Amino acid sequence: MSVSVRSTAAEERSVNSSTMVAQQKNLEGYVGFANLPNQVYRKSVKRGFEFTLMVVGESGLGKSTLINSLFLTDLYSPEYPGPSHRIKKTVQVEQSKVLIKEGGVQLLLTIVDTPGFGDAVDNSNCWQPVIDYIDSKFEDYLNAESRVNRRQMPDSRVQCCLYFIAPSGHGLKPLDIEFMKRLHEKVNIIPLIAKADTLTPEECQQFKKQIMKEIQEHKIKIYEFPETDDEEENKLVKKIKDRLPLAVVGSNTIIEVNGKRVRGRQYPWGVAEVENGEHCDFTILRNMLIRTHMQDLKDVTNNVHYENYRSRKLAAVTYNGVDNNKNKGQLTKSPLAQMEEERSFFLNLKLDLGSSPGSAPFWLLQRRHEQMKKNLEAQHKELEEKRRQFEDEKANWEAQQRILEQQNSSRTLEKNKKKGKIF
Amino acid sequence: MSKGLPETRTDAAMSELVPEPRPKPAVPMKPVSINSNLLGYIGIDTIIEQMRKKTMKTGFDFNIMVVGQSGLGKSTLVNTLFKSQVSRKASSWNREEKIPKTVEIKAIGHVIEEGGVKMKLTVIDTPGFGDQINNENCWEPIEKYINEQYEKFLKEEVNIARKKRIPDTRVHCCLYFISPTGHSLRPLDLEFMKHLSKVVNIIPVIAKADTMTLEEKSEFKQRVRKELEIHGIEFYPQKEFDEDLEDKTENDKIRQESMPFAVVGSDKEYQVNGKRVLGRKTPWGIIEVENLNHCEFALLRDFVIRTHLQDLKEVTHNIHYETYRAKRLNDNGGLPPGEGLLGTVLPPVPATPCPTAE
Repeated sequence: MSVSVRSTAAEERSVNSSTMVAQQKNLEGYVGFANLPNQVYRKSVKRGFEFTLMVVGESGLGKSTLINSLFLTDLYSPEYPGPSHRIKKTVQVEQSKVLIKEGGVQLLLTIVDTPGFGDAVDNSNCWQPVIDYIDSKFEDYLNAESRVNRRQMPDSRVQCCLYFIAPSGHGLKPLDIEFMKRLHEKVNIIPLIAKADTLTPEECQQFKKQIMKEIQEHKIKIYEFPETDDEEENKLVKKIKDRLPLAVVGSNTIIEVNGKRVRGRQYPWGVAEVENGEHCDFTILRNMLIRTHMQDLKDVTNNVHYENYRSRKLAAVTYNGVDNNKNKGQLTKSPLAQMEEERSFFLNLKLDLGSSPGSAPFWLLQRRHEQMKKNLEAQHKELEEKRRQFEDEKANWEAQQRILEQQNSSRTLEKNKKKGKIF
Repeated sequence: MSKGLPETRTDAAMSELVPEPRPKPAVPMKPVSINSNLLGYIGIDTIIEQMRKKTMKTGFDFNIMVVGQSGLGKSTLVNTLFKSQVSRKASSWNREEKIPKTVEIKAIGHVIEEGGVKMKLTVIDTPGFGDQINNENCWEPIEKYINEQYEKFLKEEVNIARKKRIPDTRVHCCLYFISPTGHSLRPLDLEFMKHLSKVVNIIPVIAKADTMTLEEKSEFKQRVRKELEIHGIEFYPQKEFDEDLEDKTENDKIRQESMPFAVVGSDKEYQVNGKRVLGRKTPWGIIEVENLNHCEFALLRDFVIRTHLQDLKEVTHNIHYETYRAKRLNDNGGLPPGEGLLGTVLPPVPATPCPTAE
């Protein structure tokens, strides 16, 4: 181990405090940090993993069966029937948790189901409960992140949404397009063709092409498989991309075919095998979802969708915060004035945060102070005016009331006179 | 001469030659039967042969409507039923169809001939049904179309100088395609059938039946039948129009066991066991359309074409059309439409015989 390497690195660090250029140095011995991934692995295994999967689609498309097939459990069993067996009047969002263990690794799987989606006669806004649910999960995480005590941060954000397309053989329905357009910026959407054993291979090919064409037409951003540096992996990824959207068949019944026991569906004309690559794309989905891309789905949710939500939410909050500091009942200024105000406020904020405390230039502080004073004065004046207006109105109203009362009393007097009642 | 009760279908048609209107609750008069032994062969039974010759010459009309969400195989099934390219897809130029924004009604007419008998077949398609996000009242254009056809027929009937043979554009049969979810009927299906079972003969059909295994199929059919019963939806053959015991037993069997028919359609042929059959080829087997073990297409075809075609037309004419006519005339004050203003008293309009042989 050469000491010289380390010292020069330290020198570099002290000189360039703000620019961190990572120069790759060759080590002249074994340091040992190649063991880091193992440490991470051991820690994660101890902690266990979490994954939240959402399934959306009309009832009767085999969502529950597919979930059972994917995770080889009976999440929806005859004792606890899946949502499809219960007719819903409105769209609801239900979640069920299951803890599965395999090879010492624990996975806390949360399945979010949306019974009633697309089943009513009028399906306008049937995506709204779904959007609300996803946003509420993001909000929970945001609040948990912003807390003082961040020991326990349960991650219940929806990491993947499997959208089931009915195998019509023609193209996407207006409902599919609407849903995907509204949710592609909030969650990773993976479109699937449900009940793929309805289609012959040629029909399936054409259907997939049509769907991908429509997805591109409407600029829907479905989950993109990341490109890696590895050639082998890239080939796999390309294979998956060619077969999007994946045509799946689900089943947990075991049937004997040519002496082998396989999962499949028994028809009078043959057996459609679930795990046969030529029959359907189930194995591709399972490998992609569980074996290779689960971590990537979580990362994309965390880095892209959650960050989008967070920046939008915080920007809205600060704008609303400024507004709430002023009082309610403010006359609306022109949008331009509002924008100017916003911009100047943010500018000040940024400048303030950028430098260390106490070093903000005096002229800046003074300018800000004057601005705020001006704002306050403007508000004060507006308030005064409003109060005057209100007083005037009150006076008018009271005058009217008095007149009405007089009229009423005179009328009653006359009436009483006629009736001969004197009091 | 014995006036027996009309026993067979052709006899029923025969009695129609004498105008005998038969609205819903009426009970036909039972003629007095005089048993007399015929003293030799008269030749009354040759009337069947005469009718047959006439029908062959004039041909007959049949109008079938297909309703269902897009992608359920309606056009394919109609092509398979009549073994020719009669659907709207066959006659349109572009293969790429966009889902229309509102329900459209497209009627395409063909003349097909078999064994010397000409049939003018009209297939009425309803693209856009049930495909929108908001499907409220999407059955209204269909109901309007059906009533318009009744109106057209009524106007022709009421004319002073009537045509010898009124062109019959009324919808004789409506095939309603149920999506094979495997669970139950959708709210849209129930709404449609509730509204339209009173104006037209509805035959519910489970589309794309190759989605379901045998157990799933029978369970689904049972559930659908139960739901239809619970909601009081009378599909064809309606219970109340069974004429006699023979009809009743035959129709009961169909109603309680076979309907709704789970069908698969295809217009491609494949070789199976040395025979050429219509079917669908999948990597795990070939689904034969006309094999009763695979699907019930053959049952549907026999039902609609080979046994109940004439009955479909009769029920449309005698019951649905008469209901419409009665309602229209009652609304118009007992006078036929368009004549009320003149104030003349017109003789009651006799019902025209069911257009079978004229």
